[in-house]
Amino acid sequence: MNDASRAAVQSNPRPEYILQTELNKEFGVVEKPLTTWERLYNNGAARKTFLLVALGLIWEWYAQRLNNPLLVPTLSETLAAFWNAIYRGELPGRAVTSIRLLLQGYAIGLGLALVFTATAMTFRLGNDLLETLTSMFNPLPAIALLPLALIWFGLGDNSIIFVVVHSVLWAVALNTHSGFRSVSNTLRMVGRNYGLGGIGFVTKVLIPAAFPSILTGLKIGWAFAWRTLIAAELVYGAASGKGGLGWFIYEAKNQLEIPVVFAGLFTVIMIGLLVENLIFRSIESRTVRRWGMQT
Amino acid sequence: MNPMPHATAPLLQVSGVTLQYKTRDHLVTATYRVSFDVLPSDRFVLLGPSGCGKSTLLKAVGGYMAPTEGTLELKGQKIRKPGPDRCMVFQEFDQLLPWKTVKRNVMFGLESSGKLRGKAAEEKAMQYIEKVNLTKFADSYPHTLSGGMKQRVAIARAMAMEPDILLMDEPFAALDALTRRKMQEELLQLWDDTKFTVLFVTHSIPEAVLVGNRILLLSPHPGQVKAELNSDGSDPVDASGVKLSDRIHNMLFAEQIEEMGAHVS
Repeated sequence: MNDASRAAVQSNPRPEYILQTELNKEFGVVEKPLTTWERLYNNGAARKTFLLVALGLIWEWYAQRLNNPLLVPTLSETLAAFWNAIYRGELPGRAVTSIRLLLQGYAIGLGLALVFTATAMTFRLGNDLLETLTSMFNPLPAIALLPLALIWFGLGDNSIIFVVVHSVLWAVALNTHSGFRSVSNTLRMVGRNYGLGGIGFVTKVLIPAAFPSILTGLKIGWAFAWRTLIAAELVYGAASGKGGLGWFIYEAKNQLEIPVVFAGLFTVIMIGLLVENLIFRSIESRTVRRWGMQT
Repeated sequence: MNPMPHATAPLLQVSGVTLQYKTRDHLVTATYRVSFDVLPSDRFVLLGPSGCGKSTLLKAVGGYMAPTEGTLELKGQKIRKPGPDRCMVFQEFDQLLPWKTVKRNVMFGLESSGKLRGKAAEEKAMQYIEKVNLTKFADSYPHTLSGGMKQRVAIARAMAMEPDILLMDEPFAALDALTRRKMQEELLQLWDDTKFTVLFVTHSIPEAVLVGNRILLLSPHPGQVKAELNSDGSDPVDASGVKLSDRIHNMLFAEQIEEMGAHVS
């Protein structure tokens, strides 16, 4: 009854047909490799390399036209200063000093973040404490604490480590905590279904499930720490006679060796890029990307 | 109404269970004094419209929440907390651990519960992965699988535990119609194979009729037992010439029609 009335809506029914799909027909293109040029253009690294070379050429051209090495040295001068500083062993030494401080601060920051997050996950009050502290301290640039740190810890590595810890701690704690909280209820139930609880539950379910957020926290923490460190070293940094990269830049500026200043900045950028692209990128491709958990 | 005496002892005994949970500003009664017995090798279906507390009931059997009234007993033991003797299969695809391959996911249950370790766990896992026809995908990560395949992994993971009872919470509800059909058939074939006991929650009458051998009908707000029916999967016609699925439909929706009539008058 219903079907009949539905079919009747069409006044003149269209004919039905069934076709054989042809097998031997010559299609224009079914699958054809792209040209070398197209493939090169699809490669992100190739595009970026091209841009870098172009920017370098513009820099060289502008600096030569300006012809004032005190304002903008040419790219070639900068590179020469860079190789020279590396050859003398000065730049690597300074970089090592910086990185050593950074790693200390980073490690302490991570440890404290772990303590805070664990407390927040265990007690309701700990949760409130973490939320209050992160909302207070996260907007505060760590470097603003340096004057205070100098009074508390004196002119030494400890002051720098203090501000680095401060810059790492809140970013990592905030991300880890929100990662834990956003683990789906289904996964939690699955974990408990198979008898996991306490530490086993945290290490086998919560941490891997929250890993994308944790990794983001680690990356942001690293970036904050690196910036804070260089800034702190610029303010002062030669407590024990051998400062880090920030101090290297500051000294060069005082001696008006502007190409060396540029070389120092170049090193800061390079180390940042290396850590971001080699270390974090490879952790990412081995974990969250392979698992399809990229957020 | 007293439950009929059974020839075999019930595996799962739910008696007079009232379940309540709190939302932000309400205390909700999900089920009211629900009783039923599940016998070994039953394919016991909890069927009802949304809001009848069937999923909440399943969570209580899973041990995720305690009843405010009544008791839940598995093999005569009171259910107190989640445990690997009752394995859940959820509706959501994210029940698989995305950081583990199919094989590792199935092994996860075995190893976490301490049932099997290492090589033995791997063999058991592969055995059940083969049962759900995913041997080729044993080393794939869940995000590369289709929805139906993910659910099959979840079923393999639960079945590999060889639990006393499988708890399935609308496991096929998020699948497309064709895949759902196929999965229902596969589930029945698996049952032919191992005769496991399953408590199956669904809101689909055809699914209940096809999958279940015993169907508990629940009415909504709060969930109360409306009927308990037998089914042989063929949707038989009763003495008065009404199909089982139509009878169920009438029972579940009779009230609504009455309510609507009351509103009109």
